[in-house]
Amino acid sequence: MARHLLVTDFILPLKSPKLSYLCEPQKGRSNGSQKVSRTVAYYGLKTPPYKLDALEPYMSKRALEVHWGVHHRDFVEDLNKQLGKSDILYGYTMDELVKATYNNGNPLAEFNNAAEVWNHDFFWESMQPGGGNMPKLGLLQQIEKDFGSFTNFREKFVEAALTLFGSGWVWLVLKRHEKQLAVVKTSNSINPLAWDDIPILNLDMWEHAYYLDYKNDRGKYVNEFMNHLVSWNAAMVRMARAEAFVNFGEPEIPIA
Amino acid sequence: MALRSLATRKTLTQGLNSVKLTQSRALQTFSLPDLPYDYGALEPAISGEIMELHHQKHHQTYITNYNKALEQLHEAILKGDSSTVVKLQSAIKFNGGGHINHSIFWKNLAPIREGGGEPPKGSLGWAIDTSFGSFESLIQKISAEGAALQGSGWVWLGVDKELKKLVIETTANQDPLVTKGPNLVPLLGIDVWEHAYYLQYKNVRPDYLKNIWKVINWQYASEVYEKECP
Repeated sequence: MARHLLVTDFILPLKSPKLSYLCEPQKGRSNGSQKVSRTVAYYGLKTPPYKLDALEPYMSKRALEVHWGVHHRDFVEDLNKQLGKSDILYGYTMDELVKATYNNGNPLAEFNNAAEVWNHDFFWESMQPGGGNMPKLGLLQQIEKDFGSFTNFREKFVEAALTLFGSGWVWLVLKRHEKQLAVVKTSNSINPLAWDDIPILNLDMWEHAYYLDYKNDRGKYVNEFMNHLVSWNAAMVRMARAEAFVNFGEPEIPIA
Repeated sequence: MALRSLATRKTLTQGLNSVKLTQSRALQTFSLPDLPYDYGALEPAISGEIMELHHQKHHQTYITNYNKALEQLHEAILKGDSSTVVKLQSAIKFNGGGHINHSIFWKNLAPIREGGGEPPKGSLGWAIDTSFGSFESLIQKISAEGAALQGSGWVWLGVDKELKKLVIETTANQDPLVTKGPNLVPLLGIDVWEHAYYLQYKNVRPDYLKNIWKVINWQYASEVYEKECP
């Protein structure tokens, strides 16, 4: 992945020894009068793929206005402010930025904002109006293979959500090495991309995600999500894409 | 040598048996403490709606789950089921911590007309000036730590009862202050979980932290301080 740094007349400081492998130290040419603008990374706020009132009554318009319009927007703006300070983190996709700022378990200051931007983008797309029900086709088969049954998966997912202490997220991930689906819960803004697994679905269990609609009734929030909001269409698309990266072996082609 | 160890083992098990007997008779359950003020008494710093939910729903849930976990622990200990005993530790830390922390929190707050917001005088006020330069500097530092805390947790003003020193600390989730140091005694804790301010302040935690000082009960903090540092 080519990273293009516009070399202008400034000297790139090597900020921290952790990042020394990322940037090639380039000495700027001191050409006194020339003033060229720097290039830094900058991300935009993605709009959810539905109107803000489309998830009523399970997630109110007001909740989305605040959760997306204020929280998510603030994460994007704060991230951009941090990125504006230097161009060390220039040239990443959102996925790569999350991994890079996670820095193998020693997160950089930008990690929290980057991860929360990613997590919330993923979350809006993990829901749809008229969601819920069950997955179909290959994803259903894989769930039945890895959890025994869909009911068993649902139980595990809900249990993980309700036993999460503090703030965090619940995920359905495809574990890259084990080639299996699993339910995972993470604290604060940690994201399974950090250990190279592939997220298929997520659920925001920070209090701000459900407080306006459900106050402290987490159980109801999680159940409404599973029954009416979760987008198995999105999950199936993500699973199909994941199969390009994880070798499940030869497909079973029925013999005519 | 072997005889001696045999004897001590016997007395030990005898001792344990008598402890078991007393334990099975005296398992204490906890209940929700009453607030010394009305739910709406802390307005406009903290809304009545938040106070009611925070007290009746959140704190009560911690207590209910704490009692449940303690009962399960009690049974597991009686049965000698070590893996259950260890498995229950996180639930006890979380729910027990929640009960401890919130019980302190209600005492840390007081309506303005009952002295809420009044800076501490006496030895605590003096100690604050010595350690932090000024009362305002202390407030600023605590607010900054509280705002910077990622996720859920608490920000504390505590006193190290050995070193007789004031400290500012943060703890994650419902960890009590003692998890940051066995000699730390909490004087003042501020809940920065989202449920503590969300309905009123949304995601602007710094505003919550700015306003809560108007209803902080320094009287209680002074009393605790004077007990630890007479």
